[in-house]
Amino acid sequence: MIALNQLHKSYVTGNNALHVLKGIDLEIGAGEFVSVMGSSGSGKSTLLNILGILDDYDQGSYYLDGKLIREMNETKAAITRNQMIGFVFQSFNLISFKNARENVALPLYYQKVSRRKRNQIAMEYLDRFGLKEWADHLPSELSGGQKQRVAIARALISQPKIILADEPTGALDTATSFEVMDILREVNDQGITVIIVTHEHDIAAMTKKIIRLKDGLIGETIINGELKMYRERVKSETPFSYV
Amino acid sequence: MFDADIWQEIFSTIRKNKLRTFLTGFSVAWGIFMLMVLLGSGNGLQNGVREEFADNAVNIMWLWTGETSIPYKGLKEGREIRFNNEDYDFLTTRAEDVDQVSSRFYLRGDITYSYGKEYGSFTTSTCYPALQEMERVRLTQGRFINDLDMREFRKVIVIGDDIRKALFKEEDPLGKYLKVGSVPFKVIGVSLDPGSEENRQAYMPFTTAQRLFAGGNRVHSFAVTTKMVTTAADAEAIDQRVRQSLAQRHNFDPEDRRAMGSYNMLTDYIRTMKIFQAIKLFVWIIGIGTLIAGIVGVSNIMLILVKERTREIGIRKALGASPMSVIGLVLLESILITTVAGYLGLVMGVGLMEGVNFGLEQMMAGGGGEQIFFRNPTVDFNTALAATAILIMAGALAGYIPARRAANVKPIEALRDE
Repeated sequence: MIALNQLHKSYVTGNNALHVLKGIDLEIGAGEFVSVMGSSGSGKSTLLNILGILDDYDQGSYYLDGKLIREMNETKAAITRNQMIGFVFQSFNLISFKNARENVALPLYYQKVSRRKRNQIAMEYLDRFGLKEWADHLPSELSGGQKQRVAIARALISQPKIILADEPTGALDTATSFEVMDILREVNDQGITVIIVTHEHDIAAMTKKIIRLKDGLIGETIINGELKMYRERVKSETPFSYV
Repeated sequence: MFDADIWQEIFSTIRKNKLRTFLTGFSVAWGIFMLMVLLGSGNGLQNGVREEFADNAVNIMWLWTGETSIPYKGLKEGREIRFNNEDYDFLTTRAEDVDQVSSRFYLRGDITYSYGKEYGSFTTSTCYPALQEMERVRLTQGRFINDLDMREFRKVIVIGDDIRKALFKEEDPLGKYLKVGSVPFKVIGVSLDPGSEENRQAYMPFTTAQRLFAGGNRVHSFAVTTKMVTTAADAEAIDQRVRQSLAQRHNFDPEDRRAMGSYNMLTDYIRTMKIFQAIKLFVWIIGIGTLIAGIVGVSNIMLILVKERTREIGIRKALGASPMSVIGLVLLESILITTVAGYLGLVMGVGLMEGVNFGLEQMMAGGGGEQIFFRNPTVDFNTALAATAILIMAGALAGYIPARRAANVKPIEALRDE
């Protein structure tokens, strides 16, 4: 589904070039449930932006569903994002003056689906996440967990191949975090690739594969069975390394 | 671009920022209001002055004779110059710059008009039928002098309304005979110049007068209309050419204004109208300047709005909004604010000027206002249409820079958690 080959990215500010990604090789298959970890500055947000076609890269290649993603113009990138990728954010990023239903329906608006049709589909998705009664509420009238569920519904409505979640539980308490992770797992069970960026070990531990970034390179990749071992190792680490 | 969603979004942002939208719209409305008031006033002034010219054709020229004051080709000064019927033939057939001609023969001394027991002293204008058009003679009754009257030396007369009142009182004057001196003339028409205090003038056929009052082939003065031109210099040149040709016929220096006097209305008319064109241009410049201030205001507000909505725009782009749809969102809002506000200003401006016009007309109808140099201070439909087009373009212009900025919002930066 996703294939990165020797991916480089640097940010130029004035005379300084900050080399953020220094040659990432990564394969993520269809239907995987992956978390990306790393300390701040390790390049995980940059990687997510490139995966989400929100940012371009300098060298290497990025294939999404067999298609090379490189130097797309804005319009084409917007269409690809709309069709292929669903985003979930830490701060939900719901549009404040639109109610839950309108927020969920928004991606379909950009697909030129008629108003009635997209509202109907949005209601189905809200119903699926137990938010039917909240359809007419503004984001400010919803709890954090509800907001994130609305955001997930919005990410799913365009039936994307991939869900990219940037710290999806960062603004939620533990119980709600687990709820959200359950939902993401359900989504993954339906065959959608889910990629989560997080710095919380317990959240990462709920995924099936952990990719650790370190100084712009993939430090280690831990899969399934190794997770148990990983969990134990995490316990022995000092709290300092959590940051 | 015109579906309900985009409008719903525009209205929801407007609702959130009522005061700001109002202030922005106000500056645009004020700009267009001022433009309309200025243009209307300019038009009013111009119409008022044009009214002053309305008593005659604007291209009328009068020619009259006197004594030479400059020696010319060995001839001494102090010679009397006299026009004659050949000059009429020359002006009508051979002078290229001249369009219509009317000769005039002055009757000597006081001529008494009488009808029954009533009598009075009035001015007699002897003329050709063309004079009606040239001096804009308006008739309330009957007809003006025609070619047949001229050919047959008919004793017919068109009397001013004051003469009718003085001699005929309530009686219908048409077909009645009044005496000019001792000669009976048949009244064929009554003239009335509503702009003038004096309607004490009568018109009779030139040919009749010349024969009846022993004029020989003498002509005292000419009224002619010249070719229409658009510049004062051209009008001046026509004046010169007419003078030259007549000077040649009568052997006097063309520069000798005592030998032959002339007044060319067109030169003055063109000069005056040029002034008004300049005023109009000036008014447009000021008006557009005011409008630009309003547009800059709108543009400013839209920039702030885009900055405030950076995050929202970032979300939209992440969800698949194309740059075009983002531009449309900002541009339409800008056009909406400027168009609605501008239209309100337009309506108020035009309304005010129509109100002033109504007041003026009431005053005129009441008999006053003769001295007011201000008529019909309204803006015509085409100008209002042009202003509307300017408004919509202005809105697009005001929205363009902010819209470009919105389209260039990087979702990554917009969505970064601060």
